[in-house]
Amino acid sequence: MRMKKNMKHVAILLISFFSLSANAALKIQQWQTAAGSEVYFVENHDLPIIDISANFAAGSARDTLEKSGVAGITKYMMTLGAAGMSDEVISNKLADIGAILGGDFDADRASFKLRTLSSSAEQTQALNVFNDVLQKPDFVNAVLVREKARIISGLQESATQPESISNKAFMKALYGNHPYALDERGEPATVATINREDLQAFYNTHYTSRGAVIALIGDMTVAQAHEISDRISNGLPHTPIMDKLHEVSLPIVPVTKNIAHPASQSHILLGYPGIKRGDPDLFPLYVGNYILGGGGFVSRLTEEVREKRGLVYSVYSYFMPMSDLGPFQIGLQTKREQSDEALKLVRETLNQFIAGGVTEKELLAAKQNIIGGFPMRIDSNSKILDYLSVIGFYKLPLNYLDTYNAQIEKVTTAQIKEAFARRIKPENFVTVVVAGGESAEKPASK
Amino acid sequence: MLFRYLLLKYSKKSLNILTSTTLVLLPIALFSSALYSETSFGEANVQEFKLDNGLKLIVQEDHRSPVVVSQVWYRAGALDEVNGKSGVAHVLEHMMFKGTKQVPAGQFSRQIAAAGGKENAFTGQDYTCYFQQLEKSKLPLAFKLEADRMQNLQITKEEYDKEIKVVMEERRWRTDDKPQAQVNEEFQAIAYKAHPYQRPVIGWMNDLENMTYLDAQEWYKTWYAPNNATIVVVGDVDAQAVLKLAKENFGSIKAHVLPARKPQTEPTQNGERRVVVKAPAKSPYILIGFHAPTIYDAPKTPEQAWEPYALEVLAGVLSGNDAARLNQHLVREQQIAVDVSAGYDSSNRGRESLFELDGTPSEGKTVAQLEGALLAQVDIVKASGATVNELNRIKASVIASEVYKRDSMFGQAMELGTLETTGYSWKLSRDYIANIKAVTSEQVQAVAKKYLVKDNMTVATLDPQTIDPNAKPQGKPHMH
Repeated sequence: MRMKKNMKHVAILLISFFSLSANAALKIQQWQTAAGSEVYFVENHDLPIIDISANFAAGSARDTLEKSGVAGITKYMMTLGAAGMSDEVISNKLADIGAILGGDFDADRASFKLRTLSSSAEQTQALNVFNDVLQKPDFVNAVLVREKARIISGLQESATQPESISNKAFMKALYGNHPYALDERGEPATVATINREDLQAFYNTHYTSRGAVIALIGDMTVAQAHEISDRISNGLPHTPIMDKLHEVSLPIVPVTKNIAHPASQSHILLGYPGIKRGDPDLFPLYVGNYILGGGGFVSRLTEEVREKRGLVYSVYSYFMPMSDLGPFQIGLQTKREQSDEALKLVRETLNQFIAGGVTEKELLAAKQNIIGGFPMRIDSNSKILDYLSVIGFYKLPLNYLDTYNAQIEKVTTAQIKEAFARRIKPENFVTVVVAGGESAEKPASK
Repeated sequence: MLFRYLLLKYSKKSLNILTSTTLVLLPIALFSSALYSETSFGEANVQEFKLDNGLKLIVQEDHRSPVVVSQVWYRAGALDEVNGKSGVAHVLEHMMFKGTKQVPAGQFSRQIAAAGGKENAFTGQDYTCYFQQLEKSKLPLAFKLEADRMQNLQITKEEYDKEIKVVMEERRWRTDDKPQAQVNEEFQAIAYKAHPYQRPVIGWMNDLENMTYLDAQEWYKTWYAPNNATIVVVGDVDAQAVLKLAKENFGSIKAHVLPARKPQTEPTQNGERRVVVKAPAKSPYILIGFHAPTIYDAPKTPEQAWEPYALEVLAGVLSGNDAARLNQHLVREQQIAVDVSAGYDSSNRGRESLFELDGTPSEGKTVAQLEGALLAQVDIVKASGATVNELNRIKASVIASEVYKRDSMFGQAMELGTLETTGYSWKLSRDYIANIKAVTSEQVQAVAKKYLVKDNMTVATLDPQTIDPNAKPQGKPHMH
């Protein structure tokens, strides 16, 4: 009876999926520039806006232990002096036309984003500044000295705050000698030693035309998109692309870090190396995690820890797919007196999930949400720009978005159970507790 | 604003969004046909309706994507709370997910999730808002569920007793363990003596500990009524069809008499006020505020008409971009600070605002030195106003952000709902760019001289305490 009912829902979902994908299909145009950059473009004239991002494999995973921080500071300093323009001139040239220069930085990727009005004068000035920042960074020494002091001040402040302390300890324990363990911002001691030659050398080897992925969306023709991407690509260093990083190794013993802090709440993180971009287990693990702790109010962790017992404001789990195995992480904060109770409950919920898998009903609800929510993933230019960047940077198939719902639809309860059992090992988890309860105040134990 | 829960996919980014505090220019402007005449897209199509029971409906058609944003705004926030019951507006927001007769606890979220939707709610000083983002055909579900909980909410002691613990955890996370949040709470508490903006939206811990489910029930009965609500819908919809749907779902809900709202005007401040907060941290921090007016409902003098806009431009001159005066001079040139900003909100329901300056001193510099440097920058504006380049830059930024906003349906819905709920019309935004463009250097100078004066100043500073790893939390223990 239940099975039949579920099948009916699945059939309806499939129909609605096909009609949706017909409506929502994005026409992505893709090519390579003469200088070797990959370009992803969506033409859309609804708004007089142009959005561009330039992405490089220049994240903090490219740092070394000794000079941790070079990657992030290189990216940051590129915006603070280029082609003879001071930081003040760069800021003002953009502000004069209402253009916004932004970007993202993580372990894998450094990206620069530009948003400007598409009108001719604005577009021209914005693109001139954007190209200078990408192609002609000056790495002015006086600015570097100033910014290093600011960064060190921020790092020292972070080292006193429980949330930052827990994040940092978690990544370090999870990744050990792999560069994913490095703090994206560096360490006070390493930042202090960084000089402008370090930045110039990092720039020359990491901001290359052959490594660049350029994404564009908005009010421009394909000819204009070619022109813009050629210009960006041609002005970048034409050095060879870099070697791959060594692989993440999986923990073979559990690690527990208890860190004392006077905060009123314990900050608890636990996890294990998770998945890569394009990972064959991505869809079963993603859908499974929605049920475990990714689906906001309808997840098991929220139901058990918050809704039934009121132990937390926030409890969640997520997979962060990266070039190599990004973290699978569970996190929560709870007042320290009940820290042990909450952690025990989270462990029980996780173990039960891995041992018992998910129900057909839970799977159906997860698919309904993920598939039904697809139109909201691509309802703005800025969201589409981010997808173009990720598809390009991680070499995902060009039809990634078109086939997304079909991939979700294919996931079964058996696949979820099998994938979690094979990939996620609670017996070898990393656990970090900052400002823990009574048992955690004893000396750190393994 | 306090959100009902955090959507954490990637913790660092989400937290940044939630902890960002100061907006340089309040994004109230939406559209201006005059300025857009040279651009290729049409003016936003906003339509406004009022049902017989007093419920307002604002619809903006946006056909770029097959999606819809639905928000229900109640004119009930911390502003409407009384002493001893601080935090009750936010507690009720949490309870709104705890079920009705027809839709039991937890089912609201499950039904929206099954429709592919995202949903959440937030509470501010001025309002409480509940929202859903859905594929466009699912709007009827959102209306059905919202209409149900507008009139049929069940607040049981059992559900309340669990949820109040969640709210107390939220307070610990948001304020008690965050030094700058503590500074901000103390700052508000002394900047305002009479006005309810003195109380934190999350509520004082003691009030949360002594609150009961009956307080939440009373709040619901008092303020949750169609004549105290505005629905905002932005998306790929037909406005007339949305009106029909609203009448079907909300039309039969009875209006009731709302309590009289008194102005609670803040008395004039006659002399500076200071407070120091001690908390575990490394860097000190300073927050300075000056009482300032908001946009007037009916300006009685020419000054009242332009002053709020001049204050917005002043905030832009001081910290509108990275090369604006505070960052350029204090961070980049004098290197007395590692972070500085200025902010001012020109519109709110309480009709009381503060012009704020804040910053973190550089290593080896004190908050007193940074205070001096911040006020010295204010003095320069008082002496010579703003440059033509600065004024033009602020105008360019406002004009561009008008266009950029159109890329986010949610952002547009937020603006319509905020303006309507704070007691201005959303139409206020039509003249926004013109009002900003009209501001002169002399007017910027004038508002700096009039409002940014010591007798009108409140200063809160963080005195960072070295962390003793064995220390217990400060303050009296919480009883549970």
